Amino acid sequence: MGIVSSGFQGRRKRDLPGVPPGQYVTEDFPVLSAGPTPRIERDDWVFSLRTESGTGRHWDWNVFMSLPQEDVTADLHCVTSWSKLGTHWRGVPVDAVLNGVDTQAEFALFYSYGGYTTNLPLSDVLGGRAWLVHEFDGADLPPEHGGPVRLLVPHLYLWKSAKWVRGVELIPQDRPGFWESRGYHLHGDPWREERYG
Amino acid sequence: MSGAWNVADVVGLRDETPTARTIRLRLPVPVRVLAGQHVDLRLTAPDGYQAVRSYSVSAGIPPDGLEITVEELPDGEVSPYLVRDLGVGDQVEVRGPVGGWFVWRPEDDSPVQLIGGGSGVVPLMAMVRAHQMASHSSPLRLLYSVRSPEAAVFRHELESLAQASGTFGLQWVYTRTAPDGQPVGRLDAETLGASVLDSGADPAIFVCGATGFVEAVAGWLVDLGHAPDRIKTERYGGLGGAS
Repeated sequence: MGIVSSGFQGRRKRDLPGVPPGQYVTEDFPVLSAGPTPRIERDDWVFSLRTESGTGRHWDWNVFMSLPQEDVTADLHCVTSWSKLGTHWRGVPVDAVLNGVDTQAEFALFYSYGGYTTNLPLSDVLGGRAWLVHEFDGADLPPEHGGPVRLLVPHLYLWKSAKWVRGVELIPQDRPGFWESRGYHLHGDPWREERYG
Repeated sequence: MSGAWNVADVVGLRDETPTARTIRLRLPVPVRVLAGQHVDLRLTAPDGYQAVRSYSVSAGIPPDGLEITVEELPDGEVSPYLVRDLGVGDQVEVRGPVGGWFVWRPEDDSPVQLIGGGSGVVPLMAMVRAHQMASHSSPLRLLYSVRSPEAAVFRHELESLAQASGTFGLQWVYTRTAPDGQPVGRLDAETLGASVLDSGADPAIFVCGATGFVEAVAGWLVDLGHAPDRIKTERYGGLGGAS
């Protein structure tokens, strides 16, 4: 127990189940980003995959939409301490993009329009734990929340769910992305409070 | 980086506006603040309940002090306590300062353009102060959008600095009420273009405010020819936010 502030009561919203330590629940959906919001039309959007051996694949919007689609309900946890529960998304499981890819890599570096990057162990984005989503709450994903397509990895802090995603590189060794090279944790599990590296 | 919690003493309090207050904290260890960083603050209620929030640092006070400036949110859980109830001599737990992106470093020789909306001015104020402290020779400008003169945090300090300094320029945008003879209205692309440093000067640009403000301003800046990678943004409600 920390230093007690006798006049402080708080609202105890945090006692809700499903809320990791140090988080509070908000009904809003705060926007967080580091620079201007890139404006990308769906017709111009392309998602690229490159493996450690340099082979690649590309999906334009139409091909991407022909991949298996899933509806996802997930709780979001931002490292800045807010959590938003029960959010609804639709998109392509990362498993479908990596299906049949020949790789020995254990890590992935996702990259975005605008230059953002984030690193994840492959095991965190496979097995139905991560999606490339293009709908939020039944509508097209708005640009400020990462549209046309963002990564969604709800079991990790939200900075891992890269907005405006445009590709993934499979890499043999972990390599820090944008926030990870600026003091944030390499992995980012909210249940272990992996906030700062 | 800065994962450990420190117990900080509240050594000073200053009301900035009817709803915003500056809290001076002294840490038990030396602390180096980069202008634009935030700290995490942890409060513990008598029954053990804890709440953590992030607040932008408004001033570094070497060697072991810093100031945060908190805007009270009417339905906030933590900010009303900090603005209304916290007293000198109280203690709070502090983690950080943290953040390595939305920061201005004195080594950067670029001209600097700051654009703030409401209490989004807080991390920008840290940059204004650090720029002055370093006697930096490059121009630094602040475009500050507020509801009214009374709602402007740091108003008097900013105006005296603008008068006294050869490098600091200040421009107000009043959205609801303005001093006599000054226009009232929301910031738009035209006013922004006429106010900020030209893209030819390749300024480092920092924008902080509510999401809608930051989205609009950053988009206009790109339209004006500023390179997206020269525009750094931060929004309250998120990193450096208050609630």
